[in-house]
Amino acid sequence: MLLKDEVGMLRRVPLFAGVDPSKLKLLAFTSDRVSYTAGQTLFNQGDEGDAAYVILSGTADILVDSAAGPIKVAEAEPNSIVGEIAILCDVSRTATVRAAGQLETLRIRKEDFLRLLKEFPEMTVEILRVLADRLSHTTADLIDARSRRN
Amino acid sequence: MEKSLARYIWSHTWRQQLWILAIVAVSMVPYFLSFDLPKLIVNGPIQGEGFETPGATRLFMNIDFTLPMLGQVTLFEGFQLNRQETLFALSLVFLFLVVVNGLFKFYINTYKGRLGERMLRRIRFYLVDRVLRFPPHHFKRVKQAEIATMVKDEVEPLGGFIGDAFVQPALLGGQALTAMVFIMIQNFWLGMIAAAIVCIQIVLIPRMRRRLLILGRERQLTARALSGRVGEIVDGIDTIHVHDTSNYERADIAARLGRIFKIRYDLYQWKFLVKFINNFLAQITPFLFYLIGGYLTLHGRLDIGQLVAVIAAYKDLPGPLKELIDWDQIRQDVQIKYTQVVEQFSVDNLVEPHIQAVTVDPVAPLSDPLAAANLSLSDDSGATFLDRVSFEIKPGETIAIVSTGTGGAEAVAQAFARLNWPESGKIVAGSVDLLELPESVTGRRISYASSDVFLVHGSLRDNLLYGLKHAPLTRVSYEGVEADHRRWAVEEARKAGNPDFDLRSDWVDYAAAGATGPQDLFAQIRHVLEAVFLSQDILDLGLRSPVDPERHKALVERIVELRLALRGRLEAEDLSDLVVPFEPGTYNKEANIGENLLFGAARGPELADRALAANPYFAAVLKQTGLDRTLYEMGMGIADQTIELFSDLPPDHPFFQQLAFMGAEEIPTYQALLQRLNGRSYDTVSEADRAAMTALSFAYIEPRHRFGFLTDDLMTKIVEARNRFYAGLPATLKDAIEPYEPTRYIIAATVMDNVLFGRIRHNHPEGPERIRAIIFGMLDELGLHDEVLDVGLDFNVGVGGKRLTGAQRQKLDMARALLKRADYLIFNRPLLALDQRAQDQVLRNVLEEVRRGGREPAVMWVLGNPSMAAMFDRVMAFDAGQLVADGTYETLHEANDIFRSMVS
Repeated sequence: MLLKDEVGMLRRVPLFAGVDPSKLKLLAFTSDRVSYTAGQTLFNQGDEGDAAYVILSGTADILVDSAAGPIKVAEAEPNSIVGEIAILCDVSRTATVRAAGQLETLRIRKEDFLRLLKEFPEMTVEILRVLADRLSHTTADLIDARSRRN
Repeated sequence: MEKSLARYIWSHTWRQQLWILAIVAVSMVPYFLSFDLPKLIVNGPIQGEGFETPGATRLFMNIDFTLPMLGQVTLFEGFQLNRQETLFALSLVFLFLVVVNGLFKFYINTYKGRLGERMLRRIRFYLVDRVLRFPPHHFKRVKQAEIATMVKDEVEPLGGFIGDAFVQPALLGGQALTAMVFIMIQNFWLGMIAAAIVCIQIVLIPRMRRRLLILGRERQLTARALSGRVGEIVDGIDTIHVHDTSNYERADIAARLGRIFKIRYDLYQWKFLVKFINNFLAQITPFLFYLIGGYLTLHGRLDIGQLVAVIAAYKDLPGPLKELIDWDQIRQDVQIKYTQVVEQFSVDNLVEPHIQAVTVDPVAPLSDPLAAANLSLSDDSGATFLDRVSFEIKPGETIAIVSTGTGGAEAVAQAFARLNWPESGKIVAGSVDLLELPESVTGRRISYASSDVFLVHGSLRDNLLYGLKHAPLTRVSYEGVEADHRRWAVEEARKAGNPDFDLRSDWVDYAAAGATGPQDLFAQIRHVLEAVFLSQDILDLGLRSPVDPERHKALVERIVELRLALRGRLEAEDLSDLVVPFEPGTYNKEANIGENLLFGAARGPELADRALAANPYFAAVLKQTGLDRTLYEMGMGIADQTIELFSDLPPDHPFFQQLAFMGAEEIPTYQALLQRLNGRSYDTVSEADRAAMTALSFAYIEPRHRFGFLTDDLMTKIVEARNRFYAGLPATLKDAIEPYEPTRYIIAATVMDNVLFGRIRHNHPEGPERIRAIIFGMLDELGLHDEVLDVGLDFNVGVGGKRLTGAQRQKLDMARALLKRADYLIFNRPLLALDQRAQDQVLRNVLEEVRRGGREPAVMWVLGNPSMAAMFDRVMAFDAGQLVADGTYETLHEANDIFRSMVS
């Protein structure tokens, strides 16, 4: 997969959808292509987060620790991003991500990502829009959930 | 130090000065003879005086004189020569005198030069010697750059002056006097006129020049301050950047330069004014001669011959006179410089020379307890650190020192290391004042490390062994030319009052480190490095450095074994795809195109980096395989992509570190080049432009950059070009490259690259870390760990150790303090750059290391973390300049509130 294809993949990630393609290219260029084989972990729950991963091909299992051992809570498919919260703020990983088969990812390092945001405010605004959108949805869901409980 | 320069010079060189004065006096004889000779030649053989009759002869070289008591004495009868013979004889005498005068001048000048240089050497050494003996607190007041300027530049003119200090005035005074007497003999009154003008010159000019001297002194002070400031800027560059004060610094420097300019300009104005007046006065004398002498001649009171002779004789007066006045100017100038320097180096409480006397023999252990008696310590401003405290430290005791912010624990540690001299009271070793002990005892039996680390510019090894270099321990035997040179060096050093210690002797005190010689020192080094957790770092540095194949034969010889072992390891751990090995005849996708083409490491500049594309042979190979056009086009593509990606970024953006193709500063160049070349056919592009573009392709790695430029066809062609390159490699380039061969050690590459003999796959998660861990383990197994550690020890630490991290510097300082196995080890918060956990680990290790081999030194450790005090026999707590608690950890923890509050 070439750089320009990766840009295409990034554009399909909702977080980056509104960002100027030339900036996405720079983001892709400064990121690493990392491959995993089945069973290799991308990161573990509780780790300090230093990078986000865009799944280029293959699938990854998202696992959460429980008393009975790790439980698979979701699956990440191509065009999705995992660990993105970690590159936006300082929180530890909330889940473990493990390759379910041969997995190709683009690893976006936190510091590179933040530098890009600093350099190109218009990119920040786009990301902000997506996050605010998510927040409003979450808030709506919360209100919904609360009203249902009452 | 002697205040008067003249006296200083005389006291050190009076023998030589007298000798040279005598030589000068002797040289005056042929000098005067050569004065008189032209007249003899012209008047005698040429004009025919004394040869009036044909065939007349004259006596030549008749030496006789009349002595008062003995009457006529004839030493040599002489020859009778006719007119022509006399001409030849006299001319030959003239030639002879020219040669003799020249030789005298040559001898005198070299002698003077040598004299001056020796004195300069003496003064410089003396100054540095004093710096080594300054009391510690003095260094808080002086800037190092200023001291350096004084030693280097300010005493420099002294060297030139010393040879002339006494000879010049004697010589020039003699010459001027002779010329004066000559004039007097010709005509007394004209002589008096000349004398009067000379008197005016001698009185007036030096007076006028006094202002020059004042300006000169100002110039010296301002220039010294400038170099101090420049030194400060360099030292404090980080602070300047951090606080955005670069423009404040600019303003300061500009203001200083403005002042210096003003002083210098004043100096010029005044200097040339003085010159003008001096010249005017010198010219006024001939004017008076012409006017008065002419007048007298017109009235027949003076004959023309006399007037001409006076004017001719006067020619020889202004020269020496001017030089004499100049000499006086230089004298005053250097006197001022000298006084300035002497003032700066006259410091009270210098360390006595006997304290630093060189001691070759081993020093007996310091078996007495160290005790502070009514010890008071304060800083420069008089603020008290410690107020009349007494305590004792017994040999073998380990003591933790803790203190509150104002406790003064650090000052205590410094005082025991003699770095802070007591304000009152003292520290005694047994019954001797610690300050009275020679440094050969304190410097060997007491060791000290703090967080304020000094590293010399050299290798890690140099720095580690620095604490063992007390005295020249071995006698080096020299032979042949080297022996002569050594003899010369010793003799010269003595003549200039320098010590003649041999720098090539082995200064390392192996016994002090518990070794018998260089061969088993390494084991000791390894112990201390392990203790401070520095061996990993050094191993890393070793892996990243190339080796000296002579010194590290084992690595070079066992490289095949190492490479095979790595493959085996990788296979065993199912990681064989982590590294893509270099295989002849195969394209290595993880390596860049340049490396795949060369398939070797460039050794000289011919085939390195950018020069590769411009190398004619290499370019020819590319052409033959048709790669030249492909790679050029690829270069254009890379330039295009790079500029698209990076042109919006500021040049200092960290992203540029990830850009292998070009530096940030080259972006505009390539942008212009790209615009110019776009759409042009390949054939019309100049060689230089082609090379510039082609060079970009060399850094391309497909899995890393993912522009999609690498095709199977291209890879085949590149391997083909590689084969062709080696097939026809001209002899001139054979030494410029080391080809990658599985059985060959590549000298120009790092140890890591040699062991890998391939490239780590880019898309492997945590590839480099995994490899590092594997290689570390492998080196240990194969017994090559020490070898690589040794390579790492050759790493150059840079100025002040700046190529190391702060933590590494402090660990190194700690290791250095441990290596000399002292009886008292003083650690003054030595590891501030480490995090708390690492500090605690090092502390545990170090306490264990100092006891290794049954030794029992005393340890005095100023702790940053009081809870570690439990590791020590005894705890001392300081607060507000007082010793507030002293006892075991348990008792203090139970009974002492202040200590408890520190620990909690």
